Amino acid sequence: MKKLFSASGSIRTKLLVSLMVTSAILAALLFLSVRTFVNQAVEATHDNVLGAATQVILDEIRASDDGVSVDIPYTAFSILGSLGQDRVFYRVMVGETTVTGYEDLPLPTTQSATLAADFYSAPYRNDAVRFASDTRQFLIQGSMVDVTVILGQTQSAKAAIMTQMTPRAVLLGIGFFTIAAVFGMLATWLVLQAIASLGDAVARRGPQDLRPVTRPMPPELRPFVRSINGFIGRLANALSRTETFIGEAAHRIRTPLTTLRNTLELALSETDDPVLKDRLRASIRAVDDSARSASQMLDQAAVSYRTDQRSYQPVVLNELVTDIADAFRPTTALRDVRIFCVIPKYDVCVLGDPIMIETALRNMLDNAVKYSGAHSDIDIRLSQGEGFGQILVLDRGVGLGGIAGYELIPRFVRGNNASGVVGTGLGLTIVSEVARALKGKFTLTDRDGGGACASLSLPSYSL
Amino acid sequence: MRFLLVEDNADLAQTVLDRLKIDGHATDWAPSLGSAWDYLAVAQYDVIFLDIMLPDGDGRDFLSTFRAQKHATPVIVMTARSAVSDRVALLDTGADDYITKPFDFTELEARVRAVLRRQQGASVNLRSFLDLTYDPATATVSVSGDNRELRNRELRLFEIFIANPEHVFSKAQLVDRLFSSSDDISENAVEVYIARLRKKIEGGQTRIETIRGIGYRLTAS
Repeated sequence: MKKLFSASGSIRTKLLVSLMVTSAILAALLFLSVRTFVNQAVEATHDNVLGAATQVILDEIRASDDGVSVDIPYTAFSILGSLGQDRVFYRVMVGETTVTGYEDLPLPTTQSATLAADFYSAPYRNDAVRFASDTRQFLIQGSMVDVTVILGQTQSAKAAIMTQMTPRAVLLGIGFFTIAAVFGMLATWLVLQAIASLGDAVARRGPQDLRPVTRPMPPELRPFVRSINGFIGRLANALSRTETFIGEAAHRIRTPLTTLRNTLELALSETDDPVLKDRLRASIRAVDDSARSASQMLDQAAVSYRTDQRSYQPVVLNELVTDIADAFRPTTALRDVRIFCVIPKYDVCVLGDPIMIETALRNMLDNAVKYSGAHSDIDIRLSQGEGFGQILVLDRGVGLGGIAGYELIPRFVRGNNASGVVGTGLGLTIVSEVARALKGKFTLTDRDGGGACASLSLPSYSL
Repeated sequence: MRFLLVEDNADLAQTVLDRLKIDGHATDWAPSLGSAWDYLAVAQYDVIFLDIMLPDGDGRDFLSTFRAQKHATPVIVMTARSAVSDRVALLDTGADDYITKPFDFTELEARVRAVLRRQQGASVNLRSFLDLTYDPATATVSVSGDNRELRNRELRLFEIFIANPEHVFSKAQLVDRLFSSSDDISENAVEVYIARLRKKIEGGQTRIETIRGIGYRLTAS
């Protein structure tokens, strides 16, 4: 009960319980009113019949100077018999004296001022009995004397009618409750439908869709929609600020590095001094190292940021892998490194963030290219496993140099055979962070016949 | 060849201009999009190098307007962003290629060559020396009509020789043209490629001759 009225209690349950309780109370009231009404109707009928019988008896009373002669007519009892098999009691009084019948029949507690009969209920001889009492004045020996007739009847006929009526009243109450309950559920559904359709409108959106919600809404939900729209606006703002920042940072860092690298390259082409040439080449390598560090740190910042966003969606890997391979080919061709892709004809679809997956793949491929000698081939194989999509990047480079793949994954750790190759030790960390965030798996192993094999598996998304 | 460089950073622009000048190309420098439109109104270029973040607008908007005006001049975008999605978006906007800053001049040259090869297609004249022919459009080398398959670096080495037959190139010159300046390469590495190239073009009327202490040249056998 406590839970029902708490703020976190279900609106559906609250609405249904209150509507059901109201319906039940109304049904009970209906039942009681019907019973009371029937009771009153039966009683009124009974009273009329009792009153009529009393009248018949009074009509047969004759007064003379000798006194009063009372002759109880048979009709009076046949009238009463029409109501049912009930016992009948009577008492005729002249003044205060009972002249015939049961002397102990109770008198009416109040006497009406009108000429009409008085009706009252009273227990008599262990039975509930309904009485009618009527008084008429007769002229006896020169003075007016009151003659009162009291007629009583037990109530089993009325009880029988009530017994007969009660199940019907109960049925009526249940019927009313059922109809009210159905309408209550319908009303609850209608109210919740509006909320559910708003939820649907927001949930159906892709992670990139940050437009405000504009569908028509009941006025009661408008403040809610306004606050959702406000939140969407703030989110879109924060997102674009972060992405602009990352883009701007890349631009600010790389532009001066480009100037420096180009200047060093110009100096290199202008000198014939082998010592100076070596120094310039070392400087250019340092610049490349800085540029790579900067971009990988930005990559890592982007991956962390996107991990927090958790805006995952179905991603078809086929095209993504092909695009990345295409992006690398012009640079790798300069080193006579060829990239071959094995892409299945069917779509390999995983659940994730395309930018994160792309960043991971770019770093895997970058690593393979970096450690491959000239004139070697890199194979990218995309495949669908049991519940996951897998990308393998295989190279014929220096391999892992006897170190287990997982030991190379932490930040800034580099293989012992990595000297002479530009690198920061961040690439594998980024790939493994992406794998962890997307609930996938990243492994790095030696490849049979030399080189390394990087494998990224991500949970499948079935279309 | 004539290039237009659209880049707001003056120092960076100067280094690119200097390098292209050494290679014998004429380059105009536009520090903003407005100035780029001015240059385009009066001159024809072989290739445009375009930066993305410019003081008076976004290079991508320039690119879509430029393509919408039915200009066919190849555009190579020079950008600081390395994401593949950025690259795909740029290629969709109408860029012919994309190079990430900082870049290697060897790479820039290779991309210019590739873009021009695609652009000019079959209209490029075949180059030949004796029974040796080279089709730059398809990058095919043939010896007496027999096609030979060359890998990237062998092909670049071959391009250097066929462009200037009988000209002697020093090892240092060849290293500069063949390798990225960040590669830790000794001049002896050139010998490996010379040996490979000799094998690929053997059996014809030409050969690559070693001039002791000076370098190499393509000559009649």
